[in-house]
Amino acid sequence: MSKQHKYLTLSGLEPLIVTPESNFVNVGERTNVTGSRKFLRLIKEEKYDEALEVARHQVDGGAQIIDVNMDEGMLDGVYAMTKFLNLIAAEPDIARVPIMIDSSKWEIIEAGLKVVQGKCVVNSISLKGGEEEFIRQATLVKRYGAAVIVMAFDEDGQADNYERRVEICERSYNILVNQVKFPPQDIIFDPNIFPVATGMEEHRKNALDFFNATKWIRENLPYANVSGGVSNVSFSFRGNNAVREAMHSSFLYHAIKNGMNMGIVNPAMLEVYDEIPKDLLDHVEDVLLDRRDDATERLLDFAETVKGNKREDDTKKLEWRSEELQSRITHSLVKGIDEFILEDIEEARLSVDRPIQVIEGHLMTGMNVVGDLFGSGKMFLPQVVKSARVMKKAVAYLNPFIEAQKDGSSGAVGKILLATVKGDVHDIGKNIVGVVLACNNYEIIDLGVMVPPEKIIQAAIEEKVDAIGLSGLITPSLDEMVYLADQMEKNDLDIPLLIGGATTSRAHTAVKIEPKYSNTVVHVNDASRAVTVVGNLLQENNGDFKVQIREEYEKFREQFLTRGKRKEYISITEARKRKFQIDWNSFEPTKPNLEGVQVIHDQDLGELLPYIDWSPFFRSWDLHGKYPDILTDEVVGEQATSLFKDAQEMLEQVVSKKQLKAKAVFGIFPANMINDDDIEVNISKSPRAESRGLGLDERFIFRTLRQQLKKREGKPSFALADFIAPKETGKQDYIGSFCVSTGFGTQELAAKYEAAHDDYNSIMIKALADRLAEAYAEFLHEKIRKEYWSYSPEETLSNEELIKESYKGIRPAPGYPACPDHLEKETIWKLLNVKENIGVELTESLAMWPAASVSGYYFANPEARYFGLGKITEDQLKDYSKRKNIDLETARKWLNPNLTE
Amino acid sequence: MIDIKEEIQKRILVLDGAMGTMLQRYKFEEEDFRGERFKDWKSPLKGNNDLLSITQPKAVKEVHAAYYEAGADIVETNTFSGTTIAMADYGMEELVYELNYQSAKIAKEVADEFTAREPNKPRFVAGSIGPTNRTASMSPDVNDPGFRAVTFDELRIAYKQQVEALVDGGADILLVETIFDTLNAKAALFAIEEVKEEKGIDIPVMVSGTITDASGRTLSGQTVEAFLISISHIPILSVGFNCALGADQLKPYLSRLSKETEFFTSAHPNAGLPNAFGEYDQTPEEMQSLIESYLKDDLINIIGGCCGTTPDHIQLIAEVASKYEPRQINLAV
Repeated sequence: MSKQHKYLTLSGLEPLIVTPESNFVNVGERTNVTGSRKFLRLIKEEKYDEALEVARHQVDGGAQIIDVNMDEGMLDGVYAMTKFLNLIAAEPDIARVPIMIDSSKWEIIEAGLKVVQGKCVVNSISLKGGEEEFIRQATLVKRYGAAVIVMAFDEDGQADNYERRVEICERSYNILVNQVKFPPQDIIFDPNIFPVATGMEEHRKNALDFFNATKWIRENLPYANVSGGVSNVSFSFRGNNAVREAMHSSFLYHAIKNGMNMGIVNPAMLEVYDEIPKDLLDHVEDVLLDRRDDATERLLDFAETVKGNKREDDTKKLEWRSEELQSRITHSLVKGIDEFILEDIEEARLSVDRPIQVIEGHLMTGMNVVGDLFGSGKMFLPQVVKSARVMKKAVAYLNPFIEAQKDGSSGAVGKILLATVKGDVHDIGKNIVGVVLACNNYEIIDLGVMVPPEKIIQAAIEEKVDAIGLSGLITPSLDEMVYLADQMEKNDLDIPLLIGGATTSRAHTAVKIEPKYSNTVVHVNDASRAVTVVGNLLQENNGDFKVQIREEYEKFREQFLTRGKRKEYISITEARKRKFQIDWNSFEPTKPNLEGVQVIHDQDLGELLPYIDWSPFFRSWDLHGKYPDILTDEVVGEQATSLFKDAQEMLEQVVSKKQLKAKAVFGIFPANMINDDDIEVNISKSPRAESRGLGLDERFIFRTLRQQLKKREGKPSFALADFIAPKETGKQDYIGSFCVSTGFGTQELAAKYEAAHDDYNSIMIKALADRLAEAYAEFLHEKIRKEYWSYSPEETLSNEELIKESYKGIRPAPGYPACPDHLEKETIWKLLNVKENIGVELTESLAMWPAASVSGYYFANPEARYFGLGKITEDQLKDYSKRKNIDLETARKWLNPNLTE
Repeated sequence: MIDIKEEIQKRILVLDGAMGTMLQRYKFEEEDFRGERFKDWKSPLKGNNDLLSITQPKAVKEVHAAYYEAGADIVETNTFSGTTIAMADYGMEELVYELNYQSAKIAKEVADEFTAREPNKPRFVAGSIGPTNRTASMSPDVNDPGFRAVTFDELRIAYKQQVEALVDGGADILLVETIFDTLNAKAALFAIEEVKEEKGIDIPVMVSGTITDASGRTLSGQTVEAFLISISHIPILSVGFNCALGADQLKPYLSRLSKETEFFTSAHPNAGLPNAFGEYDQTPEEMQSLIESYLKDDLINIIGGCCGTTPDHIQLIAEVASKYEPRQINLAV
């Protein structure tokens, strides 16, 4: 596809591009009759439905390609291959990955090639049958549009040492590339993985020769790839999984280091390399790397001890399993272990008259322990969410039995409706609240994100809920909430309204929302408080509590309003006179290295990891403190450490399996300040403008807002425009703009977890995606400073310094304090073609979708700094609406949160 | 002969618009379709547009001429359904070679007239290869997902016959278009490679897929990128999209394609989406302005129209295309 990179590209319904960043492509191996007895049986008995489940399980488990093999003496291979691949084509969740057509018989391979629309891999061809046959098959593979695995095998047999591997691969490559004109990037060599530690002298170098041959291929045969079946290597240790797992993982580690970029590995038979005990690893690597003459004997002796250890550990770990039923259920809930819950629940179900009693009895007893521990600060939010996961699994199991008895009572103490309001997509906090409330036996009706007010009200009436909880993160959501409260009043709803989310505040709730609605309105600032508040609101004699809240808010409102009046503001004209002054005469703007719009389609997530700011991650889980100190914090340290470990594991998986996709679009453009507060971006001066057919009058203007709060004499009133050279100076200055997202894939992963009743991981993936997006913004900003714009090429800052924003220049984001105006995002979207280029969209409230996205501007001036706009007055609002050419009411709607009362 | 591979570097090439829409204007009846030769044919023939190349060649040539007159550089032969598989509906499998040969021949005659008149704007003929009415990777029977109404080999043999006739009749380019199912297209490409090898020729190939709806996928379920990878194994002149969507709905997919590929790109969208009566009512001016947005974004090397487009549409498209430079092939960072 691409002449510059020449990467191996494959496709099912979706593309798979094997780049150096892919690290290692994992091929699923269970749909192979020679490797799986179960699969063979299913195919023999024509149980294709179940055979498809095997394939689906592979793909769900992360296989990026699935290998299909029907080579068995008793099978009609052509028929079975055709039938199975035709059935796969009808299953989009399997067919999304490319197929590896695996057979030693050419007619079966060709049958497979004739039924798959995507670009497959043929596994395999070789020089075994001579050059003529090799050329014939390769020509056909190319014509069918597939990539090919070439075995290191020729007329004289299989390559079993380094020299033969090199000789055969080189010869095969030259024939394919020069005679057949096969694209070299579509060639994958399998240089034969053979068992080690067999006791035979000639097998000693089996692994080492493979590593060296792999290295040679990658260095000498341009663009070719290397693959292999890993489990072969540990053949002599069948029955000792601890050693096999360690061996596979060490083998992979070295093979990948030497350039193997694809392979067949059973993920269940793989230990994490860093977690292999040091002594075991030493023994294994002595064998693999042929480091000692007695390596094999030593590993065999050592293997015996490894076997024993593992068993001992397991028994100790499972001691709690011998306790009585209720203790076991409580243990599972408190520890968040879901492994045994279903068998325990089944036992409990058989011991009671009605299945509902298991929920009301066993499970609630356990959850009460969780609740007590949480209430007394001995358990933390992430653990509670894990407990909820176990609880949900148990309830899901019991539901069919409860339904069967037609026992209507759910036992819930109340029904709560939750929703993220129209135009907003952020739901991490809302989901946490939902889980915590559900743990406390409330029934949750979660309407999801971007829920229109009519739908909320309709659902509240239909479902007869006891309270409504609204959530939102971006500022326009505040007005949505006010509107909703108003609508609830008009629809005669008489249930409490709870308000939560990052931009909401007690002040806003008290001043703007509460007066609109006669029933109670409460601002709930964290998940743990939600339980208490809801509990108080829903109890029978809640009158006192309600009155207390109302009085509290009234008092607060009065205080707030009087305090508001004491603040003084200056006119916009005056504020402009007091603008921040930069000495433009002594300033030379740096001309960027790279101008115009640039797109990054697939950023390696691994590169972003060092840029993650972890403190906000812990905050999203209600664990407060600064990373890394939080890990050793006296109170929350233990839990933070455990949460951090889970996060790391998920991150590792996300990165290695590329489960999220990171994209960016950015551009640096010639710009000047005009008319005090505007920034004129002149894209006709950028190189791509002409090819886009833009004339000289095509320009974009960023409108910035200026501080108006009266400050003491000599203190400037900032606007972002102050950081760009005025047009009158005659100096060509520049401004940058960007949007990054790491949210592609989050929704799918979260949905998958939710379907498995796993809120913990669903929330986790969203929280991590958010962190990655921020990390990407930080990463890209550094590249801008050092390379693309290069106004600060010498900069060397640690991650801590980056988080503290010690660098030169700023990257403010619309919707945040320096530029709270979300409307400016529309300008960025047009300027950078954000939607077309990377697929990030703006909702009607101008939230970004996917949610894990960051957009903003780049200012390079060393004097540029972050500030908060604060409130502005009516004169600036009018001026702004005129400048932006929108009507006053629209402007007022969007800037409402920043207008003085 | 002038090489299209050179012309395409110099300017944006314009493809013609709809053939069917134009032939409808002649209001041909059953006897017109039959002509003298097929007056006793056993099945009804009205609607077999490809047959008009034999029974009403003057009309077909007039349509070609109208498109060249409007500014098209390339016209497509009247052979969208010219395979044994599609012609089986009329029992005309035996006539496939002749239909394709004749269609290519008359289109080439018109092209040569225009090239002679305007030697600095050489005109080309693209042999149109449609998707047939069967799909090789999908079952027509929801209860039997493993069933296939047509096999790869049946398609390959049928396409090979069509390709040979188009080449013999004088087509300058082969256009595999309106691809619903990538496996059908791969069979066509396989057949083309066979013909190229047997005849010892190197004829340029254009490939044009169809994104069926807002899912952004082909009917057989592939994404833009997966489709592109699946058809990139043989050297092709261009890759693009046509039919099913109007220019505005097609744009995001075209942008993605344009970014990912180093082949030249093409598009021939419909004149908008059909209205409640199944008619296409986007005006030439509306379509022109949508196409201009392709040009501004540097997405296109070959541009034309599909269902509902007329010489008036093509004329305005050609006018605006002449103001822009062709897309340069390079990948974003």
